[in-house]
Amino acid sequence: MVKINGEERDLAGVTLADYLAGGGYDARRVAVERNEEIVPKSRYAQTVLADGDCIEIVNFVGGG
Amino acid sequence: MDHDKLILGGKEFTSRFILGSGKYSLKLIEAAVRDAGAQIITLAVRRANTKEQESILDYIPKGVTLLPNTSGARDANEAVRIARLARELGCGDFVKIEIMRDSKYLLPDNQETIKATEILAKEGFVVLPYMYPDLYAARALADAGAAAVMPLAAPIGSNKGLAAREFIQILIDEIDLPIIVDAGIGRPSQACEAMEMGAAAVMANTALATAGDLPLMAAAFRQAIEAGRAAYLSGLGRVLVRGGSASDPLTGFLRS
Repeated sequence: MVKINGEERDLAGVTLADYLAGGGYDARRVAVERNEEIVPKSRYAQTVLADGDCIEIVNFVGGG
Repeated sequence: MDHDKLILGGKEFTSRFILGSGKYSLKLIEAAVRDAGAQIITLAVRRANTKEQESILDYIPKGVTLLPNTSGARDANEAVRIARLARELGCGDFVKIEIMRDSKYLLPDNQETIKATEILAKEGFVVLPYMYPDLYAARALADAGAAAVMPLAAPIGSNKGLAAREFIQILIDEIDLPIIVDAGIGRPSQACEAMEMGAAAVMANTALATAGDLPLMAAAFRQAIEAGRAAYLSGLGRVLVRGGSASDPLTGFLRS
């Protein structure tokens, strides 16, 4: 299982690029962390999700 | 006044009002930035939600410097991760460090903030740490490479004003970095007073977000901050310990 934004999902083997596109994310407007390391945008297509991965997908929101 | 610039991370700003973007409609951001005359706006980083197609970035006028915060971080490690994610979002290398472990008063943790400042400054970030106004912590932040120090005036979101006035004044007098008063400022008069004291800038969010007319309050803050800055630069007049002092000549009375 892959933990994405706190939710366990069966996504092992899927590339990050495919997951983002399928999930309706705007890849230009998000940043991704895999196991506490930044995944550069240029590597989304080569990054294959694996069991045990912890993925955070974030964007900007209003804040102080 | 035209030559009076706020310099942060090598960037020059003529506005000394840092605007928050939290707790109000995205549609008000453009008017708020315009009426505040703001050149820096803060943002937060959160887990992306695909149901929200709108991005706050579409509402922020071009040329405004983005200052992402690390709100939600409970320690230095989380703050560093959030800062790196913010930079990866591709909007510059400014970051406001905000680390809180207390959920009741939301007070910043100075020790963790110092640790995060040191790490991020070494990575080339322009680090603006939000802190509890303590002289030793402010010195450590300066040593760690902070570009400015952002002491709270009162608990965040409280609109209580300059509760920490004496301690902020100590930082202004002793720390050789811009002191940006952040958190707790509720009224333009309080922002003005902070600027009269010699603060380099004031940051406000809740004061605007909870006002009746947000853009009008943004304009009021802008005027107050400009007035306070001009007063500081002019040098405030002295205060008498006791008695009075006439403003009129003391001769030439119509008296025989």
